[in-house]
Amino acid sequence: MPATVIPAEQRLLQGNVACAEGALAAGCSFFAGYPITPATEIAEHLARELPPRDGVFIQMEDEIASVAAIIGASWTGAKVMTATSGPGLSLMQENLGYAVGTETPCVIVDVQRGGPSTGIPAVPSQSDMVQVARGSHGDYETVAFAPSSAQEMFDLTVRAFDTAERLRTPVFLLADAAVGHMREIVTMPAQACAGVNRRVASVADNGAARFLDEQVAPMPLFGRGLKAHVTGSCHDEAGMRNVVDAEALDHYVRRLSGKIRRVRDDLVEVASGDTEDAEIILVGWGLVGRAAQAIATRARQQGQRVGWVRPITVWPFADVELVSLCREAKRVLVLENNMGQMLPYVQAAVGRYSEVDGLSPRILGALHRPTDVLEAMAA
Amino acid sequence: MTTTTATHPMAKYLRPGSEVTTFCPGCGDGVIAHSVLRAIDADGADMDDFVFVCGIGCAGWIPSPYFNADTLHTTHGRTLAFATGVKLAKPQTQVVVISGDGDLTAIGGNHLIHAARRDLDLTVICVNNRIYGMTGGQVAPTTPEGVKTATTPYGAEGRPFDLCRLVEAAGASYVARWTTAQPRFITRSVQRGMAHKGFAFIEVMTQCPVQFGKLSGEGSAVHMHEIMADRSVTLRQAEALDPADLPDKWVVGELVGATNVGKD
Ligand SMILES: Cc1ncc(C[n+]2csc(CCOP(=O)(O)OP(=O)(O)O)c2C)c(N)n1
Ligand code: SF4
Ligand SMILES: [Mg+2]
Repeated sequence: MPATVIPAEQRLLQGNVACAEGALAAGCSFFAGYPITPATEIAEHLARELPPRDGVFIQMEDEIASVAAIIGASWTGAKVMTATSGPGLSLMQENLGYAVGTETPCVIVDVQRGGPSTGIPAVPSQSDMVQVARGSHGDYETVAFAPSSAQEMFDLTVRAFDTAERLRTPVFLLADAAVGHMREIVTMPAQACAGVNRRVASVADNGAARFLDEQVAPMPLFGRGLKAHVTGSCHDEAGMRNVVDAEALDHYVRRLSGKIRRVRDDLVEVASGDTEDAEIILVGWGLVGRAAQAIATRARQQGQRVGWVRPITVWPFADVELVSLCREAKRVLVLENNMGQMLPYVQAAVGRYSEVDGLSPRILGALHRPTDVLEAMAA
Repeated sequence: MTTTTATHPMAKYLRPGSEVTTFCPGCGDGVIAHSVLRAIDADGADMDDFVFVCGIGCAGWIPSPYFNADTLHTTHGRTLAFATGVKLAKPQTQVVVISGDGDLTAIGGNHLIHAARRDLDLTVICVNNRIYGMTGGQVAPTTPEGVKTATTPYGAEGRPFDLCRLVEAAGASYVARWTTAQPRFITRSVQRGMAHKGFAFIEVMTQCPVQFGKLSGEGSAVHMHEIMADRSVTLRQAEALDPADLPDKWVVGELVGATNVGKD
């Protein structure tokens, strides 16, 4: 019997609200956060929507505590999220490393604003790209998705939850003030998403690996008689601390990174168009990627052979995909609303095939003006 | 010849394979571990109903890995924020926090006052050795004035925190202080704290002979025990004392919430 098709619902939503709705659709039942522009609407929406669904919302004393609280909640089996912007993201780094090291599924939304320091609250920026991957100490791998529309704020939040659950790792949604605050039509599924759920250890798994399995060990959740030992110190498969042997550290680091690297191809998603015969390819991510597409399309209409590439997955980095899409192009122009954070990664990947340079907007924080991009292309 | 092996009465609560502790000889942390397990034993509680949350430091190693129960060994100072997440997400869990004075009150001081303010149903055992033990004897916010530590070679400045008054002012609804010279009272307070529906804070003054004992001149574990017993006064004894003598004393007992226990 064919499944009954229930019409999806279309709503005009602010990007941040779409993100919060995506979290609910994905089964988020615990949110801890601390107010910060331009991310606050996510917390405010969930403060209203979680309690009637028997979920928990708590405003913590700071962002350090927010990440700590969602990690604690995740170990009881809840799907958890927090949302912040640059200054909060900086405070979160220590416990983000803890989530990586203890393999705790959680979603962190960073609605980027201009920095350094307190910077400027409601002006969009893409300057946290490297921080989400390299901001916490130690060697580790990150997963981050970059939405370019309110629809993607919804869809990629769902994807972030599913990925976090599947890989037992923190997953970032790397938005910015513009995407967070824009209002667009969002198509939402008529039913709650099927959702991915973490594998959970059972008592019968006793003695089996609960950590450091590149295929992702089942999680020994609290409250099930599993006597889980969870530590952010270097540990073995059973979770037992070893702070003496370098071999143990080697194992700990390699397994954690290997877990993400193994599934890198499934994680990396790239949108692109008109690249086949393109002489120039515009590369951009997030909202800038959407602008790159619009500018490339306009240039095409004017007869120029221009293509565009928008990495939807920012981490792991789409190097292989960029090479296959861009290697025939003469020039690759990387558009970013920052001083060039993705640029070195594109250069490293594509630089031996094409000339790669970057273009910041004339005014950092404003979107690139199409005329500036067209001018740079002509240069 | 016959040999008899004595089994430790609390052995059934210990994680298999972790019976040998890493604490220094004479350390008070073993007494505290024992006192907490005795409370669980006396209550006939099931270890599977507990989550133990601890931070970084010698005291954090009391439940981790020795207690055979769900254990969250967290980052330094964030202990209470992690515990808050566990408790809110699974309210039926008995969440017990065991951590050091540095962890809970220096780097974690903000989380401490906020957890107390929320009066969330947590039982917190603050292991106060008046020093940073694990990192080698540096000053803590609990170090008495004048003590020469690794980072205060000319003597610690400022008065140490009165932690019980601090958390009381912040909103904790059960507050007690004991020393490792009164292990049975620690046990009783842990039982009360676990029965109490709210933020229960139990400060345990303890000996760190290796760092604090050496630096302060209080000396060996035995001598430190004598000093602790000597210094302890009950609330009633404290009232009778000349206020000028009070700074040298530790007021022990159930300081807040004694009468509420079991009635809420
Ligand atoms: C963020 C951070 N800063 C510093 C340290 C180093 N460190 C480890 S334990 C500790 C102090 C522990 O003192 P306390 O909490 O009193 O526990 P004790 O060892 O005395 O029982 C410090 C500073 C750390 N692990 N993490
Ligand atoms: S350093 Fe002090 S607190 Fe740490 S184990 Fe040794 S005696 Fe105990
Ligand atoms: Mg200490």
